[in-house]
Amino acid sequence: MSAAGVLGAALGRFAGAVRDLAPIIAVIVFFQVVVLQQPFPELGRVLVGLACVLAGLAMFIQGLEMGLFPLGEAMAGAFARKGSLTALFAFAFGLGFGTTVAEPALIAIADEAAGVAAEAGAIAASEAAKKAYAFNLRMVVAVAVGAAIVLGVLRIIKGWPIHVFIIGGYILVTIMTAFAPVEIIGVAYDSGGVTTSTITVPLVTALGVGLAQSIRGRNPMVDGFGLIAFASLTPIIFVLVYGMLA
Amino acid sequence: MWDFFATLRDTLWSTLFDVAPILAILIVFQTAVLRRKVPDLRRIVAGFALVLAGLTLFLIGLQEALFPIGETMVRQLTAPEMIGLERLADGVNWTDYLLVYAFAAAIGFSTTIAEPSLIAVALKAEAVSGGAVRAWGLRIAVASGAAVGVSLGCFRIVTGTPLPWYIIAAYAVVIMQTFVSSRSIIPLAYDSGGVTTSTVTVPVVAALGLGLAATVPGRSPLIDGFGLIAFTAVFPIMSVLGYAMATSHISRRRRGSAGAGGKSRS
Repeated sequence: MSAAGVLGAALGRFAGAVRDLAPIIAVIVFFQVVVLQQPFPELGRVLVGLACVLAGLAMFIQGLEMGLFPLGEAMAGAFARKGSLTALFAFAFGLGFGTTVAEPALIAIADEAAGVAAEAGAIAASEAAKKAYAFNLRMVVAVAVGAAIVLGVLRIIKGWPIHVFIIGGYILVTIMTAFAPVEIIGVAYDSGGVTTSTITVPLVTALGVGLAQSIRGRNPMVDGFGLIAFASLTPIIFVLVYGMLA
Repeated sequence: MWDFFATLRDTLWSTLFDVAPILAILIVFQTAVLRRKVPDLRRIVAGFALVLAGLTLFLIGLQEALFPIGETMVRQLTAPEMIGLERLADGVNWTDYLLVYAFAAAIGFSTTIAEPSLIAVALKAEAVSGGAVRAWGLRIAVASGAAVGVSLGCFRIVTGTPLPWYIIAAYAVVIMQTFVSSRSIIPLAYDSGGVTTSTVTVPVVAALGLGLAATVPGRSPLIDGFGLIAFTAVFPIMSVLGYAMATSHISRRRRGSAGAGGKSRS
């Protein structure tokens, strides 16, 4: 690609990022100036931060299409050709577990959940007990996401309809909610949302779509999507179980 | 002037730390199990480097610009002085917090539009569906669902009503919609719930929930602060299924005069 072509592509990405962030800027300016009627504190710093967000988003989207998507699809295709289910499931579990266990949002919510449990008297109010509780909770969620990706991959291979699993999961969550301790319910419901990080989502999506494209008889729209849905449902179930047992 | 480079270094370090397990798994499986040459490896490595650098810059910008303002705003909007002390004197009325619900909807919508993982899934869906699913249409549908979800979640915190009522009722609506929706949109709709709650949305929405639960009289941040993320994750499923039902209805009425699908993202 020529230098002008690269520059043009970069400008296009940047314009896309401006459009993606325009609503958030509008909301903040409106509430700050019109509703709260206050000046911006440290305006210079805010503007530099905003420039970072814009440039970062533009680079991320470019890298996504150059790196994450092709890699996810290439690996999905290679696994399909290799034909070893054990290797594919091990990879699926590793991807789910590995991306979740270090997720900052999960670490934050696990620490808060330990505070709630100590307040409610479910565990001792000592630092050690809270740390152990938070660590176990993180492990439970990470195993749940690993299991979710394995189950989701199996569904793609078999071509099973997704709604059976998701509706079954919803019913399970509803029944378990009646028996789980009250203080764990909010944490459990939230845990489904925090597990899917910005790098995991493109990789997992590309894996699912790539698998559906490489297996004969599978449709990428009907069978390829849905892995993220599994990854946001199983943590709720696993955390509710953890709350009942812990 | 704050120490930009120290922040840059710290954030790059923590991003690398977060990505390390993913990289390790990818490399182990690629070299030990698949042992197949990745086509265009240099381009993929360059793409990965761009993703890391981009995410680092993105996170720095959020931490420096967006999150502090967001937190200050949440504190000011939910402060009893803002609501009116004399109104709160005779107990909490849900109508005292209308401004908070409006802010919640606006911030839920706008953070979801900026969510990189949603952009990724929307691009993929547009490519895979051959343009039948528009990236911007999907993102706006998801963001509208998130707006309703965050707003309703704030209403729940103010009124102190039980979280399961709302989530289980939302599940029931999703199940009913599933039976009348086209089979090809259902997996994507289910995915959009998990995709919404990511880098931008979770910190802002969590701060909103905790801030609101801390300032509404009679609520505890420890018990009532949770649940807002769950709302943000369920309602987009509903709105995407609704959007798909609406567009298929429109295209059925317009069949025959369909125009060529344009790319909505440069």
